[in-house]
Amino acid sequence: MSKTGSPCNGAPATLNAGSDLKSIGQPLWLLAELTYKCPLQCPYCSNPLDFAAAGAELTTEQWIEVFRQGRELGAVQLGFSGGEPLVRQDLEELIRAARDLGYYTNLITSGVGLSEQKVANFREAGLDHIQVSFQASDDSVNAMVSGSEKAFQQKLKMAREVKAQGYPMVLNFVTHRHNIDQIDRIIELCIELEADFVELATCQYYGWGFENRDWLMPSIEQLTFAEARTNHWREELERRGSKMKLIFVTPDYYEERPKACMNGWGSVFLTVTPDGTALPCHSARMLPIEFAKVTDLGLKEIWYEHPSFNQFRGFDWMQEPCRSCDEKEQDFGGCRCQAYMLTGDAAAADPVCSKSSEHSQIVAARRSDSDRSETENDSFIYRNERNSKVFFRQG
Amino acid sequence: MSSDMLNKIPVLNSIYRLQWEPAQQGYVLLYPEGMVQLNGPASEILRRVDGERSVTQIVDDLQLSFPDAEGLIEDVEAFLVEAHEQNWISL
Repeated sequence: MSKTGSPCNGAPATLNAGSDLKSIGQPLWLLAELTYKCPLQCPYCSNPLDFAAAGAELTTEQWIEVFRQGRELGAVQLGFSGGEPLVRQDLEELIRAARDLGYYTNLITSGVGLSEQKVANFREAGLDHIQVSFQASDDSVNAMVSGSEKAFQQKLKMAREVKAQGYPMVLNFVTHRHNIDQIDRIIELCIELEADFVELATCQYYGWGFENRDWLMPSIEQLTFAEARTNHWREELERRGSKMKLIFVTPDYYEERPKACMNGWGSVFLTVTPDGTALPCHSARMLPIEFAKVTDLGLKEIWYEHPSFNQFRGFDWMQEPCRSCDEKEQDFGGCRCQAYMLTGDAAAADPVCSKSSEHSQIVAARRSDSDRSETENDSFIYRNERNSKVFFRQG
Repeated sequence: MSSDMLNKIPVLNSIYRLQWEPAQQGYVLLYPEGMVQLNGPASEILRRVDGERSVTQIVDDLQLSFPDAEGLIEDVEAFLVEAHEQNWISL
């Protein structure tokens, strides 16, 4: 399965789920966005721009009920995400409840707010895996991107602690124009930290990432270099007998065909936002669709019957060029959010596809080293409460 | 199969968890943010990988459960080699 969405919020790198297009699949992946609160301000955050306008967070009991209903529907992977899930004081209780229900439990964290004691407590509560996200391989870029001076040293310390306490560890590096040239140093750092999986994921341009697209977009030369170095390191790791896996995610802006976003709408993924809104993907809240809340309807009814989950299932909703395309069963027309952001029509073909009449927008956003200088000094918007309120007012 | 292989004791790597999924009516191998859906034979073999039984004992146990099965030794070896390559187990 191809990578979908910003890796910061825990879309899985791989899920060998298979798919049965004749019937509605099971929501194998439940992503619990526990809170929008976060001590960092990454400019590619996939939380909605107007997150500051979201309603009250679900209570502990409400979350546990969501987990119970999700498990009944077949969900088996559970991601604790956010915002920063560590902000929730009941996280340990939620982990314990989820593990007791039989989930494979994943904590997707920046590491900020984590401590040796918490790592141990979560292990005891049954947490299966911790993913630590990094913004870069050194202090300065990390601080610039995350808006926090201390974050990098804390992340290193916590990554070491996670391994020391016997967890499997995925390290996630969101790459972009300002850190992708450090790819060798990033991989060396991951080897040093003994990661089991490393996601080298180029930023995806949703939410805050879309607002900061020009600032984040790597050049084609940078991407080519980074991919070549990654391949070099794969050979080197094999030579050393290392089991560490490198997952390199290219940005779809340099593709001619769209990704099979979410493996199809309402097919495998179910996201529940901090205020209980059920979404087919973590970015979908931006779409002009009325989504249901888990506080109003049961998860089963939402997944199988609610119009929001059925809106882009199957192929009947498609327009040309998707409708008659012989590749529609491979990519499902691409990403609905990207189609909406770039064309204003959520049912249009994803403009990443060269068959889309809007593909020129994608081509125009690409960069080559020859035109880097003119964009070198541009600024970006931090993802924080203050800036979010600006978007809230605009919206 | 070599006697070397038969004496080995396979162990499921700690990243992975083998689990019966009622909703899928099958066994799955769970790992960070991922899942492998196992077919019947793979499930029967991996269920017996407990870090205590040797490959010989696993084959013997399978033969007891499936008395009509032929070529079990070869099938088990081929699967365990594949599982090792996938890093699911240590040998």
